[in-house]
Amino acid sequence: MKQQYYEVIENRLIAKNTYEMKLMGNTGEIKRPGQFINLEVKGFFLKRPFSICYRTREYICIVYKIAGGGTEAMSSMAVGEKLSVLCPLGNGYDMEDCCSLLLRKSSSLLIAGGGTGTAPLYGLTKELLKRGIKPKVILGFGSKDEVFYEENFRDIASDVTVVTEDGSPGEKGLVTDIMSGGEYVFACGPTSMLKAVWEKSAGGQFGFESRMGCGFGACMGCSCKTTGGSKRICREGPILKREEILW
Amino acid sequence: MQRRPHTEKRGNIMVNTEVNISGLMLENPIIPASGTFGYGREFAELYDINILGSIALKGTTMKRRYGNEGPRIAECERGMLNSVGLQNPGVDAVTDEEIPALSEVFTKKVIANVCGFSIEEYALCAEKISRSDKVGIIEVNISCPNVSGGGMAFGTSPEAAGEVTKAVKAVSKKPVYMKLSPNVADIAAIAKACEKAGADGLSLINTLAGMRVDIKTRKPVLANKSGGLSGPAIFPIALKMVHDTAKAVNIPVMGIGGISRASEVLEMIMAGAHAVQIGTANLIDPWICRKIIEELPVLMERSGINDLDEIRGAAWKKQ
Repeated sequence: MKQQYYEVIENRLIAKNTYEMKLMGNTGEIKRPGQFINLEVKGFFLKRPFSICYRTREYICIVYKIAGGGTEAMSSMAVGEKLSVLCPLGNGYDMEDCCSLLLRKSSSLLIAGGGTGTAPLYGLTKELLKRGIKPKVILGFGSKDEVFYEENFRDIASDVTVVTEDGSPGEKGLVTDIMSGGEYVFACGPTSMLKAVWEKSAGGQFGFESRMGCGFGACMGCSCKTTGGSKRICREGPILKREEILW
Repeated sequence: MQRRPHTEKRGNIMVNTEVNISGLMLENPIIPASGTFGYGREFAELYDINILGSIALKGTTMKRRYGNEGPRIAECERGMLNSVGLQNPGVDAVTDEEIPALSEVFTKKVIANVCGFSIEEYALCAEKISRSDKVGIIEVNISCPNVSGGGMAFGTSPEAAGEVTKAVKAVSKKPVYMKLSPNVADIAAIAKACEKAGADGLSLINTLAGMRVDIKTRKPVLANKSGGLSGPAIFPIALKMVHDTAKAVNIPVMGIGGISRASEVLEMIMAGAHAVQIGTANLIDPWICRKIIEELPVLMERSGINDLDEIRGAAWKKQ
């Protein structure tokens, strides 16, 4: 973890209230997809945690939705603005875990994203493809105007399904309506969606969000109960394995 | 143990940052506050924590505690609220695992912070933890606003504060500092009761009780409804309470509350503090204690201060 200044090189609206921001700076320490950054927003006391959507050698990409004053202020940040960022934070998705499991049994691999939770799964899907693993992708959104990254996913994966709760594009329904059940799932999304996916899955890793004080394990603000005792979403998470999760 | 030089030649004067708290010599007065530094491990990965004066460990109870349900964190102007509720692994895990692990990366004595839900629990916990050679001072938390039936319940009346002090002093092998709550009408009265009951020193202030409401849900942001306010917003309140308390007692006071720069350390010492604790600032900038330790001698030199002892209480002492 380092604290460094990153420069906003792009900040654009990509869906209803949803923005994609690219931050130029050091990306060399990021180890896994699903790790996150804690980003300073001027005028606000606490930094804001955002999962890394994907990274290149030059920049980090995040996707955020306006949910309060902090994200509202972010939406008007101009290109060239410099922000203090703690990076990288959290454990990220363990791709070795799914590889060994896939070798052991022929359970199918699924990427399940809900809303802005879709963002870190894009970087994960890219990494899985590099390893020759081709997951099925199901993305769920509230309605058509909230859908983002559908084309990005279609460009890299062959089996992509987008569902919306109001059925405006593609299939109407929830991610779990498309799941066949028994899959190994990499999931990220709202808690209600994660729980439904968890119930239908056989194994997998689930990305959680939480209000955080520090983002690096000092304040115990984001603790949650797991089968292995209490864990900090920011430190032992934000990705929890299926068997660890208590609802 | 090899000691580092605590005096530094700066310009024409020798600057001495060393302070003495109840016989424990600190190379500098900078101590991370309980609950904002865990048991040191996360920070030891970031910098050499041996530069710190000492470390106040996370509040410890007899039994392991998960703490309150989330959300436990809310934000405000220049500060934050927490309702963690004393999450900790219990005194046995702290003495058997956390303190030995910290000893691998931190060579100095630590301040062990203890809390309880009965006078007996305070005494048992303090007795156990004070047996550790690593512990230089016991800090007794009678001021946690986030648990019911414990913590602050003992810190809001002079009688109860005095009773806890007496019970802990009777069993502790180390100097005892009582950590006081600002959520009282007269903090100096509580401080005097602790002093009378035998306290070796005082730590103040803990967080101020506060809350936020989410205008969308129309409900409190924190699951616990209220929490403890900390951060730069509380610095002037903390400073006045340190001032009022240091004037009223003859035992050392550790100044805590919203400190995030060296100038505020000097303000606290001028108000009468012997040492200071840095809390919430660690969460905002994990390297803040190192920055303050580097900044302090520079600022002392610029301000014509040779030794911290010469400015202690300057805000109220007659020259």
